[in-house]
Amino acid sequence: MDLFANLALGFSVALSPTTLSLAVIGCVLGTIIGALPGLGPANGVAILIPLSFSFDLDATQALVLMTSVYYGAMYGGRISSILLNIPGDEPAMMTTLDGYPMAKKGRAGDALVLSGVASFVGAFLATIGLMLLAPLLARVAFLFGPAEYFALYLLAFCTLGGLGSKNQSKAAIAVCLGLGIAMIGVDNSTGLTRFTGGSLHLFDGIDFLVAIVGLFAVSEVFIFIESHGKDSAIGIKLEKITIPVKDIVNSKWTMLRSSAIGFIAGLLPGAGASLGSFLAYMVEKSVSKDKDSFGTGNPRGVAAPEAGNNAAAGGALVPMLTLGVPGSGTTAVLLALLMTLNITPGPLLFTERPEVVWGLIASLLIANFVLLILNIPLVKVFSRLLQVPAAILLPGVTMISFVGIFSLSGSYFDLLLMIGFGVLGYALRKLSIPTVPVILGILLGSHMEVSLRRAMVLSDGDWTYLFATPISLGLWAAALIGFIAPIFLRSYLTIPKPIKEEK
Amino acid sequence: MSDRITGFVVAVLALAFFASASQLEQPFFADPLGPKAFPMVVAGVAMVAAILMIIKPDAEPNWPAFAVLGRIAIATLILVIYAYGLKPLGFLLPTALAAGAVSYQIDPKFSNAAKIGIGLSGGLFVIFKFGLGLSLFALPRWMMG
Repeated sequence: MDLFANLALGFSVALSPTTLSLAVIGCVLGTIIGALPGLGPANGVAILIPLSFSFDLDATQALVLMTSVYYGAMYGGRISSILLNIPGDEPAMMTTLDGYPMAKKGRAGDALVLSGVASFVGAFLATIGLMLLAPLLARVAFLFGPAEYFALYLLAFCTLGGLGSKNQSKAAIAVCLGLGIAMIGVDNSTGLTRFTGGSLHLFDGIDFLVAIVGLFAVSEVFIFIESHGKDSAIGIKLEKITIPVKDIVNSKWTMLRSSAIGFIAGLLPGAGASLGSFLAYMVEKSVSKDKDSFGTGNPRGVAAPEAGNNAAAGGALVPMLTLGVPGSGTTAVLLALLMTLNITPGPLLFTERPEVVWGLIASLLIANFVLLILNIPLVKVFSRLLQVPAAILLPGVTMISFVGIFSLSGSYFDLLLMIGFGVLGYALRKLSIPTVPVILGILLGSHMEVSLRRAMVLSDGDWTYLFATPISLGLWAAALIGFIAPIFLRSYLTIPKPIKEEK
Repeated sequence: MSDRITGFVVAVLALAFFASASQLEQPFFADPLGPKAFPMVVAGVAMVAAILMIIKPDAEPNWPAFAVLGRIAIATLILVIYAYGLKPLGFLLPTALAAGAVSYQIDPKFSNAAKIGIGLSGGLFVIFKFGLGLSLFALPRWMMG
């Protein structure tokens, strides 16, 4: 069978000493990044990308390293959710709802182990799902012409904008901002320069890594200056860790259900892990017999969002690898990595570079077991990281960002641009304009324009060509629904309020 | 109010972007759509969204006090100076100063910030130079001979 031959190829790549050790390093780094409050998976991966180039890794190795970091961060995010009531990253938000109350009841260790197991189940099943589904989707993707790709990009922007923001017009502004930035520089098909204002620095366009590091990492520093590092370091002590076998067995169906929900949420282009953990939690709450115990430390309320967000993380890799459309902020950053490595994601990747895809999948299967070990017996070590004060962490992140970008281009102009994006990111976040669509716009802008123009070349300027096939019609309809439906569903999509901490 | 101002700024930017796009020449050998159309559509969508934001603004965001914005401005300025200083002055000195200064903006304790600056600068230099093999200069070029 094809699958086994491919997996054998994958494991032959993944089990080479270099790749294997990169996967382990990635898992450790990722767990650290996830655990540190204020350093989420997206900005963690973003600041590591420029540095990973200095290693001279080949494409597979770089991808394995960064994807392990991504998986690791998804595991690690729960640690500060449970112990500090501060989500280590956005998808870990739902874990605070029951994780922190459970920890306050003196069951912090149980909550960490249970959520670690749930993370493993979610991530493992999702990796299997990725393995089975991605080749099928890659085959479907061969049917996609430029008109379909244009509609697909539109769908990604619409769902991401529609779900990621409370205000549709703000989401639209974010997307347009990103697309506008992507237009800066030389237009590939005519050789004209556009929107450079005559500045030579802008001829090559704006490097998306500069924008990503600025918007994600540098803006975080400003947010912390504002909060004064106040929110950190009121933690719960971790006692001896035992394995809560009863809770794990009791929540086995919870984990399986949540993994399925999370995986499907991850598949939607533009939706991602936050939606996965949210839906998993809400479904679990609504099927449960004792709804009232959710939010007060119900173990199932800990297992559900963790299985959900890790499954979504795996699911989000499917559209990213097969179609080149990322499902979340972090997969957008991974797409940036692929593009910098000169790998074009899409159906051809599966036929022309099978060692990249299958090496990655095999590495992820291995990484999951490594992460299970790191996150259950060694969770105590990582929980110490929560004591790193913001006054050390954030300057460190800033300096790493600077050196990373500087080593990439050696130009002070890129550094200034990065600071500019940092300030922009801070302002956008204060105005609750989402930043992920901006990144996605910068990444996909030129692809989107190219597919539109190609479609017009093929049809000789006939607009109806964009809606000519059932696939593109379906994508247009989905895009419309994805953008408009959240307006009406908003009352159902609100995140339940966490229990306030008594002083 | 913030939303209205932002909407206005976005509208002006969109207009400028639109105007700039419409000035582009359409080369005679170009594809049917040419280099103008897509940017013009993007500007149009941004314009509509900006107007909607002006008509229907959200509740006022929670802006920090003036002093805090001042600290953010100082941090930005430090980073800009750092960006210019990194190449001519070598890694160690500007990094220690910038890291210490940013740390001070987060937690204003002078001696702590000084220690953090020196520690981060030295520690990161070792990691970058010897761990990752980046070509960094520790000191200003003229001192390295």
